[in-house]
Amino acid sequence: MNSRVVLHFAGIAFVAATGMGATAAKIRVVATTPDLASVAREIGGDKVDVTALAKPTEDAHFVDAKPSHIVTLNRADVLIEGGAELELGWLPPLLENSRNAKIAAGAPGRIVASQGVKMLEIPITFDRSKGDVHALGNPHFLIDPVNVKIIASNIAEHFAQVDPGSASLYRANLAKFNARVDARLAQWQQQLSPYRGAKIVTYHKDFPYLAERFKLDIVDNLEPKPGIAPSPAHIAKVIGEMKSANARVILIQPYQNRKTAETVARQTNGVVLEIPQQPGARKDSGTYFEMMDYMVTTLANAFRDQK
Amino acid sequence: MLCNSPMIGQQQDTAASKQQRALDSLAARVAALQTRLDSIASAAPAGAAAPAQTAPVRASGAYMNVGFDALTVGGWSSLRDVRPILLGDHDPKVRGFTIPNTELTLDGAVDPYFKGFSNIVFKLDENGETGVELEEAYVLTTSLPANLQFKIGQFFTEFGRQNSQHPHAWAFVDQPVVLSRMFGPDGLRSQGVRLSWLVPTPFYTEAMVTVANSTNGTTFSFRSGESSGIHGGVPVERSVAGFRDLLIVPRVSSSFDLTETQTLLVGASGALGPNNSGPDAQTRIFGVDGYWKWKSATAAAGFPFLSFQAEAMTRQYEADARPAVADPTVVLPVQTIADRGAYGQILWGIRPRIVAGLRADVANGDDAPFATPFRGERVRLSPNFTWYPTEFSKFRLQYNYDNRKGFGSDHSLWAQFEFILGAHAAHRF
Repeated sequence: MNSRVVLHFAGIAFVAATGMGATAAKIRVVATTPDLASVAREIGGDKVDVTALAKPTEDAHFVDAKPSHIVTLNRADVLIEGGAELELGWLPPLLENSRNAKIAAGAPGRIVASQGVKMLEIPITFDRSKGDVHALGNPHFLIDPVNVKIIASNIAEHFAQVDPGSASLYRANLAKFNARVDARLAQWQQQLSPYRGAKIVTYHKDFPYLAERFKLDIVDNLEPKPGIAPSPAHIAKVIGEMKSANARVILIQPYQNRKTAETVARQTNGVVLEIPQQPGARKDSGTYFEMMDYMVTTLANAFRDQK
Repeated sequence: MLCNSPMIGQQQDTAASKQQRALDSLAARVAALQTRLDSIASAAPAGAAAPAQTAPVRASGAYMNVGFDALTVGGWSSLRDVRPILLGDHDPKVRGFTIPNTELTLDGAVDPYFKGFSNIVFKLDENGETGVELEEAYVLTTSLPANLQFKIGQFFTEFGRQNSQHPHAWAFVDQPVVLSRMFGPDGLRSQGVRLSWLVPTPFYTEAMVTVANSTNGTTFSFRSGESSGIHGGVPVERSVAGFRDLLIVPRVSSSFDLTETQTLLVGASGALGPNNSGPDAQTRIFGVDGYWKWKSATAAAGFPFLSFQAEAMTRQYEADARPAVADPTVVLPVQTIADRGAYGQILWGIRPRIVAGLRADVANGDDAPFATPFRGERVRLSPNFTWYPTEFSKFRLQYNYDNRKGFGSDHSLWAQFEFILGAHAAHRF
């Protein structure tokens, strides 16, 4: 019995060790978050095997540094990270133990998504009395489709370096992707153009890139400072601001406290919209485009109903 | 006045509406251009110079992360002198207030081949005197082939789960009883080398072995000057004659994701080396450890969660014939001193930043000609409650019910406060 168990485990180890050769045709891509994974799939097509470390429904600031992630990173050909300190609390210890030179800082297999993106809210001073402020700027930049094009071309260039044989395919996929983003962006802008300047409140500071692109006005956040839980005094202040600005749309993520948002909505005759920023958080939005479609459509409908 | 004439009024209306139409058309074209600009203008091609990033260089991030962490404890115990029940060097030391641990942490990439770490501890003893110790200083290789990794320097030996964790990462105010008994007040750490191999199994498996010096205050069960507390004899001075005089610590651990939201990590460790009860005496410590965690798929700031952690250890201390410290004319006989202990702790992250915990400790040792209260039967139960205002501060309240055979029960209540400044290295699972 015991020897059988040992043989079984040895077999698994052997398959794992040799199996790498069998799947070498595809490049193994690991993305820290599902949104980056979705873009990687668009660019890599069937030449890549993409895994996301963070779950679409969880707060990507606080992912557990699970040992299984070490294994995933150890076997990766490419790592795509947000880069603006979103993963600071869990990615460094994983990388330290992953022992994979292919994804070391500066290697062709390491993609920093924020590179080239015009970051918003870069702090002038680093002061934690202002809450959980990221030194490199607000890390929630993927919900601006223009930024996604920058990230996609970054990804395509790195894929081409890692897998030169398919470089032309990655560049062709990039061109297709960009054309699709342009077309959809025009449509999304059309959907939201009647609501330029529409007033919204968000739980965390995670929507400024969307607001900037689609000219929405973020009145305030339910968190008094990034990462700091809403206090009754701050909630009262936000309710006052919403009433005087006639703002009635509150945006939250699946992991944020819906009860607090509902309380504010009741006081302001408003509506709480759970609009995930990660593909896969909703069953019907598995890709970046579906996620953005849901985001824009839900917002446009809410603004229309509030008029 | 002119407007009173209907003719002129009509002419003006026509001119105005023409202008209005021209304006409308211009506005529409500007809007269309705006849309186009929005979608293309800021999309810089990859590889091209990034838009001027105005992020100032992070002073603390320039080549090295600098962090500082301080733990302050205040409380009371039914035992006037708390040291017999709080044996850890970073445990509360007196009734009233203590600062048993502050750490200055420095880390960063040394070059493309090594990462460097150091922890320098400043602490106040029971008299308020400052003590300084070089707790850890080591490098970790970053680019060895074949999934290998070396750690070189002074470091907490990777035995079990909690031994290699720093006090601020502990879920309780004090260290588990079994760790105090096996590894003394400071945990098992020494100068040496650790080789680790990430085994190519489909699930996480890491096998490692540490080879380290076996003599100093932090190798309690081995050639430590404090070993009289275990065997009662006068420690024998012995120099390193061969490999057998070094401390060898093998460990293997594996992890499995049981479900999307549950992870299990299990490990087994050994610590084998000489002790100083005689010229050839050896100690063997074996341990198993487990950690299970459930975290909600929609966790906010990592909450809610439920975790269980347990470690069990056993020690065979082969004591040689040795003159007793208490009376050097008495020679204590050759014997194997056997000890064992375990703890289990459950943590419930009820809602963001609030954790309730419960730990149970048991330890005992076989009877020996040299009797010491530190090897006797002991049970401790510790419920606690922690509030983290942010990741950088915490308040903790803990009650300890302690029962030592022959000494009766003691009750203690401790409050702990922690703050962290600067960079803080993220924790391993």
